[in-house]
Amino acid sequence: MIDGIAFGILTGVSVGFSAGYLGSLIVIKKMALVGDALSHVALPGLAIGILFGFNPFLGAFAFLFASAVAISHIEKVTRLSPETIVGALFTLALAIGILIMPEPELLEALFGDIASVGLLDTMFAVLFSAFAVILTRTIYKKIVLSLISEELAISTGINVSRVNLLYLLLVSLNVAIGIKVLGTLLVGFMLVVPAATAKNIANDMSKYSIFSSIFGAISAAFGIMLSSYMALPSGPSIVLSGIALFLVTVLFRWRKP
Amino acid sequence: MVSPDGSMSDIILEVSNLTVKIRGQTILDDVSFKLKRGKILAVIGPNGAGKSVLFKTLMNFLPHDGRIVWHGKVKIGYVPQRLSVGDIPISVREFLSFKKAVVKAGCLSADNCLNLVGLDFEELSDKQLGALSGGQLQRTLIAFAVMDLPNVLLFDEPTAGIDLDSEEAIYEMLNRLEKEHEMTILLISHDAHIVRDFSDYMLALNRKVIFFGESKEITNPSLLREIYGSETVLKTRELKV
Repeated sequence: MIDGIAFGILTGVSVGFSAGYLGSLIVIKKMALVGDALSHVALPGLAIGILFGFNPFLGAFAFLFASAVAISHIEKVTRLSPETIVGALFTLALAIGILIMPEPELLEALFGDIASVGLLDTMFAVLFSAFAVILTRTIYKKIVLSLISEELAISTGINVSRVNLLYLLLVSLNVAIGIKVLGTLLVGFMLVVPAATAKNIANDMSKYSIFSSIFGAISAAFGIMLSSYMALPSGPSIVLSGIALFLVTVLFRWRKP
Repeated sequence: MVSPDGSMSDIILEVSNLTVKIRGQTILDDVSFKLKRGKILAVIGPNGAGKSVLFKTLMNFLPHDGRIVWHGKVKIGYVPQRLSVGDIPISVREFLSFKKAVVKAGCLSADNCLNLVGLDFEELSDKQLGALSGGQLQRTLIAFAVMDLPNVLLFDEPTAGIDLDSEEAIYEMLNRLEKEHEMTILLISHDAHIVRDFSDYMLALNRKVIFFGESKEITNPSLLREIYGSETVLKTRELKV
């Protein structure tokens, strides 16, 4: 039991830290809704993995990345906002996922199950989270400059399309590894709320990205401990911990406008 | 068209029969001009004349027909018209250091390039980009552009949205950069009044080239009417260069 909690906490902290770091870009890209909704797209991928007997993580990752690239292309061709495209895509994905997902696994896929996290899952999560953070760090400054002005970034020699594609790939990877702990419905939380919390108290990008990562990790650790001691599902417990932190920073911001 | 007093060896930019179409609409139509090294060219014209598209094409951001030739070794610094800083919590120090991290070699330090544009590093380095005044932001953008010591500066609406005093100070500073660092400067402006006194050459655009020549020649009322489509009189002002 102790081992189970330890694996869960280590997995959650790794995923929370990396999602907080990657999510700090999603929030300043004003793509919070996109990040949240995108995570639901993983459901059909998970279902296909379970139905055809291969690792559901691979199915989820493939669906997430294909969707992220499709959204980016549809946005360029149609000039619709990403929110509109994701709004259409994620409800479709959710509907298909619920229809084809075997019922016993559906609840775990939607809300996560910390009890099912084993040593292999933990190693996988730590490794991929570290990989996502290290790679994102190499493109972080380039993405921020491209958000401030795409032309400015291009004139500085930044290949904006390439760094955005790499970023989408890393977000998909992060969501896929977070599903085990948070489920497809709640994993988007990790990409949005820790960053929003950090933004309430940070006055530069360096503090903002570090605080966001730390808040992601703390939310996961407290949430998993809460779920373990009170026998609650892990996903909603992590969300509640994260929202509590967010509210504390709102009060801080209130006192220091 | 050839720069009025220019010999071919001094030419840094040669644009021939440049045509740009965006979604089937012709934005630039058969534009040709040449520019001498170390001079200031002001591109003027009404809204929708294709001024910003010309700059983006010069930097190879847009597909085009015709020829654009930069002669010699050219490093371009670009100052965009608008930024989407929004609520990104980025400080002035970070903004400049991000460029240094991306470009890596041959960059001035953040304090050196802020000093170059007349800003105090100690006062501004920790300030957020979104909290700067219009004049401070424009100077910071120029500092960003000149950080890796370019020899060409493209400046899209250098004084849009800032007060008159800051506007003059920015033109004075650009003049100083041109002289001290031998930069070739291309700038876009709506305001023919000011840039006439400041630039060496003017290119008046309204999708086609209406005028290209020395800036002092632009006072002709019929020419101004052709550019702006209404009666326009140029006022004279003196710049403290």
